[in-house]
Amino acid sequence: MKNFMVLQFWLLLLSAHPALGGVVEVGPDGPYPTIRSAIEAAHSGDRIIVCPGIYREGQIIVDKMVSILGEGQPVLDGEGRSEILTIIADSVRVSGLVVQNVGISYMEDRAGIRVRKAKNFVIEENTLINTFFGIYLEHAGSGVIRHNKIRGEAVQENASGNAIHLWYCRNIRVDQNQVSGHRDGIYLEFVDSSVIANNLSTNNLRYGLHFMFSNGDDYFGNRFSGNGAGVAVMFSKKINMWENVFEQNWGRASYGLLLKEIYDAAIYRNTFHENTIGIHLEGCGRIKYSHNDFANNGWALKMAGGCLENTFTENNFVSNTFDLSTDSNTDDNHYDGNYWSEYAGYDLDRDEVGDVPYHPVKLFSFVVSRTPESIVLLRSVFVDLINFSEKVSPLFTPANVADHSPRMKYISWQEIQLK
Amino acid sequence: MLKILKYSLSDMMRSRWIYIYTLFYLLLTTALFWLSPDLSKVIISLMNIILVLSPLIAALFSTLYFQQSREFTELLLAQPVRRSSIFWGQYFGVALSMSLSLLTGLGVPFLFYGLLVSGEIWNFLVLLFAGIILSLIFSGLAYYIALKTENKIKGFSLTILLWLFFAVIYDGLFLLILVLFNDYPLDKFALGASLFNPINLARVLILLKLDISALMGYTGAVFQQFLGSAPGMSIAVASLLVWAALPVWGIRRVAMKKDF
Repeated sequence: MKNFMVLQFWLLLLSAHPALGGVVEVGPDGPYPTIRSAIEAAHSGDRIIVCPGIYREGQIIVDKMVSILGEGQPVLDGEGRSEILTIIADSVRVSGLVVQNVGISYMEDRAGIRVRKAKNFVIEENTLINTFFGIYLEHAGSGVIRHNKIRGEAVQENASGNAIHLWYCRNIRVDQNQVSGHRDGIYLEFVDSSVIANNLSTNNLRYGLHFMFSNGDDYFGNRFSGNGAGVAVMFSKKINMWENVFEQNWGRASYGLLLKEIYDAAIYRNTFHENTIGIHLEGCGRIKYSHNDFANNGWALKMAGGCLENTFTENNFVSNTFDLSTDSNTDDNHYDGNYWSEYAGYDLDRDEVGDVPYHPVKLFSFVVSRTPESIVLLRSVFVDLINFSEKVSPLFTPANVADHSPRMKYISWQEIQLK
Repeated sequence: MLKILKYSLSDMMRSRWIYIYTLFYLLLTTALFWLSPDLSKVIISLMNIILVLSPLIAALFSTLYFQQSREFTELLLAQPVRRSSIFWGQYFGVALSMSLSLLTGLGVPFLFYGLLVSGEIWNFLVLLFAGIILSLIFSGLAYYIALKTENKIKGFSLTILLWLFFAVIYDGLFLLILVLFNDYPLDKFALGASLFNPINLARVLILLKLDISALMGYTGAVFQQFLGSAPGMSIAVASLLVWAALPVWGIRRVAMKKDF
């Protein structure tokens, strides 16, 4: 009897600890054929193991602190009719599931996995296929979304959702996910103090990453490739972006990175490769750009109205059709100490800094920013001639837009350790 | 006419300069391939050279050939041959040999570097078409000028001026108008103005085929829409053909009246 009581005490203790709680198995042949019935039977802290099979249960509401762990890729199928997992309890863990076929809705934002007003969740190693909105977080905090693969089949912008959608969240970490074929790969609105790291966002209709009204976030190590228009960061403060790759955002209205009304940000060690526009800036101030690579873009930097006090240092501008385009005569930004592949100056004292300033705004790019139609003269002999004569003696292009200490050699920032 | 054409052609083929011209294109294309094996990049690099050089060289060759073979032409005129066939035969002989050297100079390296297996074959054909039609147009115009002017120097300078106008000055005026009338919608104007300059039109045709056209933004889209549609494309090609036909018609008119 005494022994039994001790055992009971230990069992009680064990079950109170979430990782060591009871186990409820879901499987076609077991006592709990559906995930819903397993959640009903489970206690707080239990683990629900989902065995292989296809579960067609419509919407499943997770209202207990449980872990739902898929073994052998069980499939949760919404049959195109409803949302699938809705998490409303704290400390829920979801992993190893295949969630599919949510179906398009024009009335509600259905999601494969939704977290509503919950904290401390972990969503990892799931595969979401054709789920309208993939993972949808609203009013959530302190959670992790990692190692998920989210694939969509979006064709039209207005009939598609975002792969990872965050709305009013804090302290979220989105790490090493692969998202493709949605409207936006990752969408953040009113999300503070969060980290977006090492994700791969490809072939989304609109943006690879879309950032609105979100302050104090970091994003790094992400790769954005072949999206409608790369990354848009708007109306946000204190954002750090580093070691991201923006590539092949190539189209008439496309760009690698769009910055609109961004202040006090740091953008460093990123690669912008083969974008129509590398960075499009609009009303941005006090941003520091350093150690970025801009290669083979149409425009490396395109500035529109009201960009003040931006500093560009030690970036590489290699083989861009235009390095910089600005439409204003006065310019308050600093461009000193970059490498420009078109620089034709000399370095007599051999300190690897060019002796004559470099003017990154070509006359033609200046003309184009004022008269867009003149772009039809791109690559004509006349344009080459006027560019050349302007380079020799600048008359029209803003004289204060200049790099006074252009580097002679490519700056290999990859070898500099990140502090 | 065919006989004279054949004679002119073999006459041109005997000339050292036509081989140098062909060799120049061969070397240039091979060198570009050597620098970058990417076909699309080579096409862009070649585009500017072809758009500038092929009309210039064609015009110069044509003027020179006419001026050189003047005595032979006079001899031919004494024979019972139709006037128009003499001059047409000579013109087509020059124009064809220019086109042939372009075809060989570009075609051989491109074939060698795997044109047929790449997706760039259409872009290459557009480039080739542009080069050949520009050769035809400018050798025709130059031949017409050479027929018109007795004075060799004057004919020569007029030819150079014509080339300069279409290659450079026209674009300058075009740009000036665009900048001056900045406040008005100018897409239609830009489209129209491009049709009146064969070099410009050829350039736009090539650019729109390449992915650099993404840089051309809204204006490019207007062009793409126009030239992407069947009627638009027909108008563009028709405009080039009219440019090629105009000098042929002019040569006939002058040849009929000209007193040697």
